[in-house]
Amino acid sequence: MATSIQNNGVAASKTNTQPLWLLAEVTYRCPLHCAFCYNPTDYDKHTQNELSTEQWLGALRDARKLGALQLGISGGEPLLRDDIEDIVGEAGQLGYYSNLITSGVGLTEKRIAEFKRGGLDHIQLSMHDITEEINNFITNTRTFELKKKVAAMIKGHGYPMVLNVVIHRYNIGHIKEILEMAEALGADYVELANTQYYGWSLVNRSQLMPTKEQIDQAEAITNEFRKKIGNKMKIYFVVPDYFSDRPKKCMNGWGEVFMIVTANGDVLPCHSARVLPNMQFPNLKENGLKWVWEDSPAFNKYRGDSWLKEPCRTCPEKEKDLGGCRCQAFLLTGDAESADPVCSLSPNHHVITAAIDNAKKPFFQEQPIIFRNDKNSRKIIDGELKDRVADFHALP
Amino acid sequence: MSTTSDSLVSSVSFADVYALARHYRFQWEEAQQCYVLLFPEGMVKLNGGAGEVLKRIDGEKNVGEIFAELETAFPGVPDLKSDVIAMIELALEKAWIEKRG
Ligand code: SF4
Ligand code: SF4
Repeated sequence: MATSIQNNGVAASKTNTQPLWLLAEVTYRCPLHCAFCYNPTDYDKHTQNELSTEQWLGALRDARKLGALQLGISGGEPLLRDDIEDIVGEAGQLGYYSNLITSGVGLTEKRIAEFKRGGLDHIQLSMHDITEEINNFITNTRTFELKKKVAAMIKGHGYPMVLNVVIHRYNIGHIKEILEMAEALGADYVELANTQYYGWSLVNRSQLMPTKEQIDQAEAITNEFRKKIGNKMKIYFVVPDYFSDRPKKCMNGWGEVFMIVTANGDVLPCHSARVLPNMQFPNLKENGLKWVWEDSPAFNKYRGDSWLKEPCRTCPEKEKDLGGCRCQAFLLTGDAESADPVCSLSPNHHVITAAIDNAKKPFFQEQPIIFRNDKNSRKIIDGELKDRVADFHALP
Repeated sequence: MSTTSDSLVSSVSFADVYALARHYRFQWEEAQQCYVLLFPEGMVKLNGGAGEVLKRIDGEKNVGEIFAELETAFPGVPDLKSDVIAMIELALEKAWIEKRG
C-alpha cells in the first residue's frame, strides 16, 4: 500500500530513481568544532568559493523539477549565511518540505519568524548532552545554555521539535537523562545517532567509540523509554554499523534517492563521496542537475548492483545492502569497490574488529581529540598529523 | 507502537472523525504522479487508493461520509469498505492521522 522512506536508511522504495531528497550543505563554515563532525577533514579548501544566493535558488528549482521533495538545509552551520531566508522562501514557493539542520548558533527571533513566513517546515537542532561540561567539551565551544534557549524558541513558533543527538563514548552513559531532557523540552522527535566514522569522527574514532555493552544498554534504555512515552515523542535509535555484522544500505543506494549539493556546488550521491579516488564529481556551475542525476558518470558509477565484486556479486543478500558504503570500503580497505568491511563476509572484516579493540586500549584512548577547526583542517591538508591518519587511506 | 493506538485500531467506526497529524503535509506530486505524505524525518508515497482515502481525511468529515464519497467516486469496487477501514487503521497505527471526534 505505501512505501516508506526514512533518512536513517531503514527502508526505501525500490524502483525510484528520482532525487527525492535534496541536501544543501550551504557552507562548511561553523562556529562549533565537534569532534565527531562528518564534514570532510579538508573542508577548509571549500570555504572560499561558496555558491551565490541565485545559484542556490536555481538549484532548488532544477531539483524540484526532477522530483525532489524533501529539502535539508545543512552545513557547517547554515545560519552563518544571511540568505537562508531567501532559500527558505523559494523552497516554500516550490512546495518542498524543508528542514533547517542547525546547531542553534545564529538563530534569532527575527530570523525564525522570517523562516516561518517563508514556509520552513521544521528545524532540527543538535543537542549533545545534559551536562554543560560535556556539551562544551565535545563541541569545543560554550553553547549549552544557548541550545536550551533555541529549543524554547523553536517550540514557541509552533515548530515540531526535532532533536538530533550524536552518541559517543562521552554521552552514551546518559541516554536516559538525555531522553528526559528531550521530553522536558517538548521534543516531538529525537534522533539518537550513534557516531558514524567519516571525516573528523574517523580521525577521532578511538576517542569516541563506545563498547558493544554500552550500545546494547543504551538501546535497551531507549526501548524502555519508548514504551513509556508512546507516540508523543518519536525516538529513532540509529544503530552503529561497526557493531552489526551487515552493512547499512548506504544512502538507500547510490544515486537512488539522495542528491547532495555542497557549498561550492559539487554534486554528490553521499556526504563523503569526495574521498573516493579517481572520481570526478560534477559541479552545478558547469552542469545541469538533470544531466548530473541521470547521465553523469559519477552518479551512475555505483548505481544498481552490476558493479559489485565478490563476495557481494553472488551474495543472496545483496539487494538488502548493495554491498554497503563505498566510502567506508575505500577508507578502511583502500578498494572502493570491495564489500563494506562491516560485513562479516568481507575478507577485510578484521579492520573493524581491530578498530573496536583499539578503542578499548588506553594508548589510543589517551591521544588527544583533533577538533574540527580551520587550523586542524589546514594541518591535515598540509600532511601534518600523518601518524594519526595513516590507517585511513583517503586522508592526505 | 504504543498500546493506545492498538486499542484505537480495533474501534474505527463510521462516526469517527480524523485529521492529519500535526506537522504532517499531504500533497499531490506531479513528478511522481502520486500523493505523498511528508513529515520530519521521512516521507511516504501513497498508491492510488491510499491517496484517495487520506485526501478526504480533513478533520471534518466522518468515516461514514468519506466512505460514501468514495463509493460514489469509485462505483463497483469490491470490498471498498474493508479497504477504507484497513487504510485508516494503517494510518492510525503509523500515527499519520489523529482522532478528532
Ligand atoms: S557537527 Fe558540529 S562542527 Fe560539524 S557542522 Fe555540525 S555543528 Fe559544525
Ligand atoms: S557479502 Fe556483500 S552483499 Fe552480501 S551481505 Fe555482505 S556486504 Fe552485503
